[in-house]
Amino acid sequence: MAHEHKLEIFRGLLKFKSNTQKIWGVLTFLTLVTIVEVALGILKPAALTHSYFLGMKVLNWIFIILTLVKAYYIAWDFMHLRDERSSLRRAIVWTPIFLVAYLIFILLFEADYIYQVYRDGFVKWNF
Amino acid sequence: MDSTVTTGTEENVWGGGNQPLGASYGKLMMWFFLVSDALTFSGFLAAYGFSRFKFIETWPIADEVFTHVPFFHGNFPMYYVAFMTFILIMSSVTMVLAVDAGHKLQKTKVIWYMFLTIIGGAIFVGSQAWEWATFIKGDFGALETKGGRILQFVSADSGERLALRDFAETLHEERVDHEKKNGIWYYEGESLPSYSLNEVVEGVKSDPNVLIRTELLNEDGHKTVLTRDETLKKLNDATLVVEGANLVRNEYGSRLFADFFFFITGFHGFHVFSGVIINVIIFFNVILGTYERRGHYEMVEKVGLYWHFVDLVWVFVFTFFYLV
Repeated sequence: MAHEHKLEIFRGLLKFKSNTQKIWGVLTFLTLVTIVEVALGILKPAALTHSYFLGMKVLNWIFIILTLVKAYYIAWDFMHLRDERSSLRRAIVWTPIFLVAYLIFILLFEADYIYQVYRDGFVKWNF
Repeated sequence: MDSTVTTGTEENVWGGGNQPLGASYGKLMMWFFLVSDALTFSGFLAAYGFSRFKFIETWPIADEVFTHVPFFHGNFPMYYVAFMTFILIMSSVTMVLAVDAGHKLQKTKVIWYMFLTIIGGAIFVGSQAWEWATFIKGDFGALETKGGRILQFVSADSGERLALRDFAETLHEERVDHEKKNGIWYYEGESLPSYSLNEVVEGVKSDPNVLIRTELLNEDGHKTVLTRDETLKKLNDATLVVEGANLVRNEYGSRLFADFFFFITGFHGFHVFSGVIINVIIFFNVILGTYERRGHYEMVEKVGLYWHFVDLVWVFVFTFFYLV
């Protein structure tokens, strides 16, 4: 099987000479992201835990975004989706994204509603 | 962008032999499986999010639960999980390197990289088992109230957590396990905790330094600590001593927390375990030269996809269970 690898990441900002080199480059990047996550998780800067965006702490948003960044590079470079046809890539990526986004939307709103019922309703559960 | 459909002559489009997605049958099926598996994991994690949002004010703080590192004593939040994450990413890297060597038909390299991948996977599964054992054993112990809530203990001077053994009185009362020989109607009795409820209650009453910490989170994201008076009043609600965790109750807080922990990390651990088994099978096939004779190493690529997927799932579990 003749395989051609696309060797640039960060939208062409960084171009590697060989596939092996690219793998190590991606590993370095993923490790850095994990270190940042753990450091933030241990330090918990007050500026990030006391500010909210869409009902969630900014720190948690940062974690989720960094996770998606990691997921992107694992799928694109380790699972070599970058080298696949765009049709295959879209079928694989967008199907779960749509379904999961829908599920999360439904469940989290419902959960928040139940939380409010527990808090404001005449039901005592925390005793 | 790459073209989607390969069109030779018009008649050939429906004549078979086309590969519109440019992937072999086996690879495509692996991707289908991974997509459906991804949806399963998403379902679990979304259910976790549901329960967490439902009990947003009382959910346990992961940093305070996962604080152990093997062979070391002390409080190291997250370090070990971060190490596990790194191990799994590292084994993912050796897996890509094996796939890459496979494309170049370098058998020895494939063998070595597969070997390293298997070792990484084994270390991860072992760490997971250790993590479970620590979680099940617990370290501080707690009381459960009538409402099924957990009461933990802190020291009034230092604000640090207190374990039951730090303050519980030793009362000379009779405590026996319910055994089969003692009853005509035998149903499993729960094993007795190290201290009886009375011993813990008396211990709190006699030591003015002990305060109760409830599940409720305050504005700073810390658990609420009661005053001494409130502590003594709250003691009346206690019904049970809880040590460690099982599927019914756990000393860390909300019961659902342990349930989801066992379920999600267990399901993921099972994936890693089966991944290691599949890797071992392919590893031996590579050694025997099966793929050398076949002329390509696509099988390595396919198990590689599965292995990376396991890593991908862990990235999400790590975030939602340990970080957020």
